[in-house]
Amino acid sequence: MDKQKQQQAYENYVKQKTPVHNLPLNMAKAFVTGGAVCLLGQCILNFCKSQGLDKDISGGWTSILLILLSVLLTGFNIYPGIAKWGGAGALVPITGFANSVASPAIEYQKEGQVMGIGCKIFTIAGPVILYGIFTSWVLGLGYWILKISNIL
Amino acid sequence: MDYINAFWVGGLICALVQILLDRTKLMPGRIMVLLVCTGAVLGALKIYQPFQDFAGAGASVPLAGFGNLLWKGVKEAVDKEGFIGIFLGGFKASAAGISAALVFGYLAALIFSPKMKK
Repeated sequence: MDKQKQQQAYENYVKQKTPVHNLPLNMAKAFVTGGAVCLLGQCILNFCKSQGLDKDISGGWTSILLILLSVLLTGFNIYPGIAKWGGAGALVPITGFANSVASPAIEYQKEGQVMGIGCKIFTIAGPVILYGIFTSWVLGLGYWILKISNIL
Repeated sequence: MDYINAFWVGGLICALVQILLDRTKLMPGRIMVLLVCTGAVLGALKIYQPFQDFAGAGASVPLAGFGNLLWKGVKEAVDKEGFIGIFLGGFKASAAGISAALVFGYLAALIFSPKMKK
């Protein structure tokens, strides 16, 4: 009987301590954060286009500048706060990718140039690049086959 | 108008991913991989590019846009160089983003020291 009570009390305690996800609120925060990053991207994109750069080069500049901004915010320890508030809004844009590259590189610098920074910099970038390249390779192979067999 | 579209489409993608983040046990790394692969597949199905023409940075800044970029690079390289293009296109198209992230990330590791987590 006593044991049961104890268990009940423990379960209540766990329930109390487990963070409750308020999904609609989190979605709203992600919407605002992600939207703001994309809006900033659009500003850079339009500025580059107004300078007479073509579409691809403008896209490249947009990525580079957003990545630079994100790495700086990561270095000054501001990005974790944004990520905590914005959730997926800070994860999904390319700034989240840059954060996932810079953050472990800074974190593990004490473990050395190769095994520390060199390995850990790819903790998340590695899988993303691997599966991205692999998926596009498979799709490209399919495209090439369809193309030489004159279907496309 | 393109500013408004970029904001709400980009925001919407993030809000949808927030559901994944809260409702499943998927870790951020897996979600990023999922997004890039989804973007590449949607690109190959000719869905992502029209979507990006509408939403601008709202579609190109999220990681799915990175996947679409990889596919676009592979397709263009295959059109131009044939079979070898399958191996050339992906990295060529994504070079700016990957190089920038690695170079800036490494420089950040040289300049900044780890901060205590709050």
